[in-house]
Amino acid sequence: MGALNHKFNENILITSLDKLMNWSRSGSEWYFQFGLACCAIEMMSAAAARHDLERFGAMPRSSPRQADVMIVAGTVTLKMATRVKRLYEQMAEPKYVISMGSCANSGGPYWQHGYHVLKGVDQIVPVDVYIPGCPPRPEALIEGLLHLQKKMREEPILAKKED
Amino acid sequence: MTEQEIYASLSSKFGDQVVEFIEEETLNPTVVVEASAIADICNYIKDTETLQFDSLMNLAGHDPDGESDLNVIYHLHSTELDHYITLKTFTPRDDGSVASVANIYRTADWHEREAYDLFGIKFSGHPDLKRILMEDDWEGFPLKKDYVPAEFYRGMRIEKVK
Repeated sequence: MGALNHKFNENILITSLDKLMNWSRSGSEWYFQFGLACCAIEMMSAAAARHDLERFGAMPRSSPRQADVMIVAGTVTLKMATRVKRLYEQMAEPKYVISMGSCANSGGPYWQHGYHVLKGVDQIVPVDVYIPGCPPRPEALIEGLLHLQKKMREEPILAKKED
Repeated sequence: MTEQEIYASLSSKFGDQVVEFIEEETLNPTVVVEASAIADICNYIKDTETLQFDSLMNLAGHDPDGESDLNVIYHLHSTELDHYITLKTFTPRDDGSVASVANIYRTADWHEREAYDLFGIKFSGHPDLKRILMEDDWEGFPLKKDYVPAEFYRGMRIEKVK
């Protein structure tokens, strides 16, 4: 985006560029490759041949610098929560978070006696899409990614964000 | 060798330090021993020709009821002679200690760290006794039955269901 900054002052150009860029962004949801629990197995299954996430342009990246989407797939222990937050902070903007499964959504089965579990990853990072399930099937993860695509396409990325 | 014979051998060698022999249907036959003697006993059963317990399969901490002594349980196997025995020892809840067997069985190194991490059992003579699962700045020992979870950890709320 750096090369395009301040080059186009006409609103109408910015609007259509939004569409162009959002179209290309939503077609390449590179997700951050790390899993925390059994949800990660479903994420791997979603990425593998049968469900083939690559159809949607979603491919795993091993570095936060290259990733657009963080899929929090599994139980976020308090020990891991500090790491999850740091990894999120290391990702480049624009960045998104998908909370996958009951544990990441709300603590799941660790809700009552989980002395070591964060009760919802949204306490430490902003979550864009929540996927219910324990664990969610690959189809559910794919639907989550498609919802995120929809959200990306509707976002005005070049317009100044109001913080 | 049967468990009964192993117990007889231990009790003739160590006398009072071997407290009792528990044989129940649901439990592995268990020899209860004093905490101060556990290292000597492990050395003995590892090196004696008729016992040859060369494998410590598991070492676990245990809090029976939140009031009485904490237990440490050792599951041993002889790969040479193919017999098993379970040893159990006990230590006061707060400032007791159990002799480390990490120098006798390397398996015990991380297992003792786990028992320390979750039950606060101290192992004297352990080469590097520090937490293994919880963060270093964690307060309390979470698997003790009288453990009360903190409300916050590093600013993150640990919610409680009322």
